Formats: sequence, structure tokens, C-alpha cells
Amino acid sequence: MYVPSVTHPIGDFVREWVPKLSAYLPEQLQSQTLDSIVAFLVNAVICIIAVCAVNIGSAPILIYMERKVCAHVQCRLGPMRLGWHGTLQTIADVIKMLFKEVYAPSGADKLMFYLAPLIVLIAPFMVAALIPFDKNLVVSDVSMGIPLIIAVNGFGVLGILLGGWSSNNKYSLLGALRSGAQMISYEISFAMILLFVVMISGSTNLMTITQSQAGTIADWFIFKIPVLGFIGFILFFISSTAEMNRAPFDIAEAEQELTGGYHTEYNGTPFAMFYLAEYIALVTNSALATTCFLGGFHAPCIGVAAVDNYLTMVPGVVWFFAKVFFMIWCYMMVRWTFVRPRVDQLMDFEWKFLLPVNLLLLGAGAAYIVISG
Amino acid sequence: MQENITLVQYFKRYLKRCITGPWSLICGLSVSLKYFLSPWKIVTEQYPENKKTLRMHERYRGRLEMVEDEEGNNHCTACGMCERACPNASINVLPTKNIAGKKVLGRYVYHFASCTQCGLCVEACPFGAIVMSPAFEVATTEPSSLEMILNKKEGQG
Repeated sequence: MYVPSVTHPIGDFVREWVPKLSAYLPEQLQSQTLDSIVAFLVNAVICIIAVCAVNIGSAPILIYMERKVCAHVQCRLGPMRLGWHGTLQTIADVIKMLFKEVYAPSGADKLMFYLAPLIVLIAPFMVAALIPFDKNLVVSDVSMGIPLIIAVNGFGVLGILLGGWSSNNKYSLLGALRSGAQMISYEISFAMILLFVVMISGSTNLMTITQSQAGTIADWFIFKIPVLGFIGFILFFISSTAEMNRAPFDIAEAEQELTGGYHTEYNGTPFAMFYLAEYIALVTNSALATTCFLGGFHAPCIGVAAVDNYLTMVPGVVWFFAKVFFMIWCYMMVRWTFVRPRVDQLMDFEWKFLLPVNLLLLGAGAAYIVISG
Repeated sequence: MQENITLVQYFKRYLKRCITGPWSLICGLSVSLKYFLSPWKIVTEQYPENKKTLRMHERYRGRLEMVEDEEGNNHCTACGMCERACPNASINVLPTKNIAGKKVLGRYVYHFASCTQCGLCVEACPFGAIVMSPAFEVATTEPSSLEMILNKKEGQG
């Protein structure tokens, strides 16, 4: 009987404890197969809980962080009243959101209407399962990680299109169609940048990509390939911002024009799910940027043994999340600084600028690989 | 309208925008970064908590007030310029005659309810007898308290 192996430290822990507990069972029930199946199931449950905890737990933190960053950029204070410096504000908001009545507008396609937020949530959760958080801390270490991420990201467009279409509202429909056009266009440059990373590292497995950046800070892909790495990072930043439908590319919900775009008609829990998906996508995209360009869970060693010893003492998860939060901060600063382009400017930018530059970058990357051997 | 330009011109413009565009974005980002890193520049006031230390801005226009010295004497001559300047008739200057038979200020009636705090009366006053006070907690549940007499004493003339 095939029982998939469990690799990470929690898996080791489960494998060690399940036989000890099964010793209390009656004699005729005890068997090697049962132990391994139970270990696998327990491990799967723990993995699901871990992914949910990271994703859902990070959303309130990010909403608080976004409000604070936004406020400080605009010379304001942000939430200050509830808890120390308003730390409990998002929890109150979440509770308010969950207790609201859920209803669909008349004439809406009920099934599609309630299915859309669920579909939108699928993509970021599946990407989060592929991200290596530490040397042994990855839920599923698949060999085709990057193609899977590109494939799964398409679910986001599907959910948004469904939500906009089933709402029976012109604003929603317009927002959804604009968003569909935008996300399909930017997916090309998003995929191409990931292809560049795959080309440099020679693997589509995210763990291998991270491990090939081991060493000092100069071995991270952003610095490893002179100039090209940095250009690639900037291009990834731009196309992932557009992928996430975040400002300055928030054409989909363009508040001033479309009163919220595809989620105009949503309220209560379904709206909260759209909101949650947006912030989880922020985490996963930052994690992807960290994995592909900023050395993943590796400490930022500078090549001096005395300093590096202290830096490597910190667990990789901490470094990983420090980098992720730095990336998130960058996304937020960009969001609250730049203005939104028009739809045609957005399309021009992708097809006339990003795509040619991406192709040039791929060519230059190939040349670099040939030259450096 | 599509303007007619040659291919060379088009590419020149394209390349120029590739440089100037990112530069302007960096300029914008540096401004937001500057504000993000300088929390002492925050202008938000934590109002009910800092009631005691709150300082109103100099140019804030709250309630109308009369400039008075320690004994309560004012500079008003009851000329009525403020009454004429007021766009919504919030001021009534009621003159009276003093012992010498000269026209002086009797009562300076101010209808706060209809006042828009435009400050035209202060600009119109040739003697600097009235100012806009920085008082901003002016809400009340008693409508009759909005009709007020600003001068404590009769005008000196």
C-alpha cells in the first residue's frame, strides 16, 4: 500500500508519536500500515491548519499594517483608539463583518454569486502550500512548483469574473471585465519573470530555487546576476502588483469610477472573503518574490564570519517572514504613492513596455548563462 | 487625434519616457518615504484626550469676540460697519447716548446661530474692536445661549 512520505519536522514528530499512541490499542488492531496512514492523515490535518493559520492570521495584521502605513504616509495617525495604538481595531472590524446579514441582489445568479468568493480564495491558499518557509517547513514540495503557481493564479481571474457577472450590476460587470483583461495580460509578464528565475536556477522546484541562493547576500538572485537580477525584481514587483489588483493597478475596483468594481454587490462574509483573498495574495506574492529574488529563508550573510554566525543563529522562518513583511511594506508604499493609470494606459504599459523588456531580459539571461558557463 | 510623427521620433519619445517615468515615480516615493519616516510631522490631534494641551491654529475662526482690556473697556464706536459687512445679519449694533450726549455702543448683539464665521466683520472694523476667538467647542443644547451680547460695558466713544 502506497503511503506518501511526510518530510518536515512536524512530520517527524507525528511519525514518532503515532506508534507510541497506537500501542494502547487492542492487539489485533495494531499494524504498521495503520500507523503510517494515521500519521499521514494527522500530518495532513496539521498542514491544513498551518496554512490556514498563516493565511487567515496574517490578514488582520496586514489590514492593521496597511492602515498604519497609509496613515503615516499621509501625515495621519491611523487607528488609535481600540487597544494600544488601535491594535484591536481590525479584530473588531472582522467581528462586525462576520455578523452582518448576507444577501444577494435581486436578479443575481445565487449559485455563482456565492461561489465566486470561494474560488477567489483558492488561488492564494494553494500558492501558500507550495512556499518553503524553512529548510524542512514546506507543505508540499512539488517538483513543478512554478508552473503550478502560474496555473493556480488563474483562479483569481475566474472568481472575479464570476463575481462581477453574477451580481446583475453594471459596475460589477465593468470592473470584472476590466480586471479580467488586466490579469490575463499581466499574467504573461508574471510568468516570464518566473521563467527567468527558473532559467537562472535551473529548477522549477521552489526549494531548489531557494537552496541555489544559499551563501552570502550576493548570492541572492537579485544581486547574483549583475543588473539583470534587479531589473527582473522590479518587473516582478510591477506585474505581481497588477496580478493582485492592487493600487496603482486597481482597475478592477477603481473606487472613483466603479464604486468597488466586481465586489460592489457583496457584503458581510462574502465581501470579507474577497478582502481576505486580496491580503493573502499579498502575502503569497511577497513570499514568492522573497523565494525567487531575496534568498528565501537564508540569512542575509555579508561574508564576515563573526557577523554571519549570529545571523545564521536566527531560525530561517524569522528571516523569511522579515523579508516577506519588507516586501509587503514596499507594496504598501507603492500603493499609497502612485496614481492609477487609465485602462488603455495600463494595457499600453503591459504590451508596449513590460512584454518587450521581459523578452529582452530573457535573452540577456540566456546570454549570461552561456557566458558564465 | 493621431499626430503624424516619424518612427525615429516615436522611438525617441518612447525612450525618453522610459527614463523620465521611473524618475518621477522615484521622486514621489521619496516624498512618501520622508513622511513615513518622520512621525513628528503628523498633524492629527487626539482630541478628547489632549483637551488640556490642544492649541488651536492662529487663523482659526471660532466665535466672534470683543477685544477688551482688564477693566472691560472696548474700542467699539458703534459705527455699524460690521453690521453692514455681515452677509447674513448676525450682528446688531445697538447704539445709545452717553452723559455727554455722544453716540456710543449700547449693546452689541451677536446671533451665533446664523453666523458662518466668515470673518468679514473683523475685516470691516476700522478700530480693531472685534476678533474671531479660537474657541471651537461651541456646540450647545440651549438655543437661547446662541443670542449673546458681546460687550460688558458701554462703548467709550
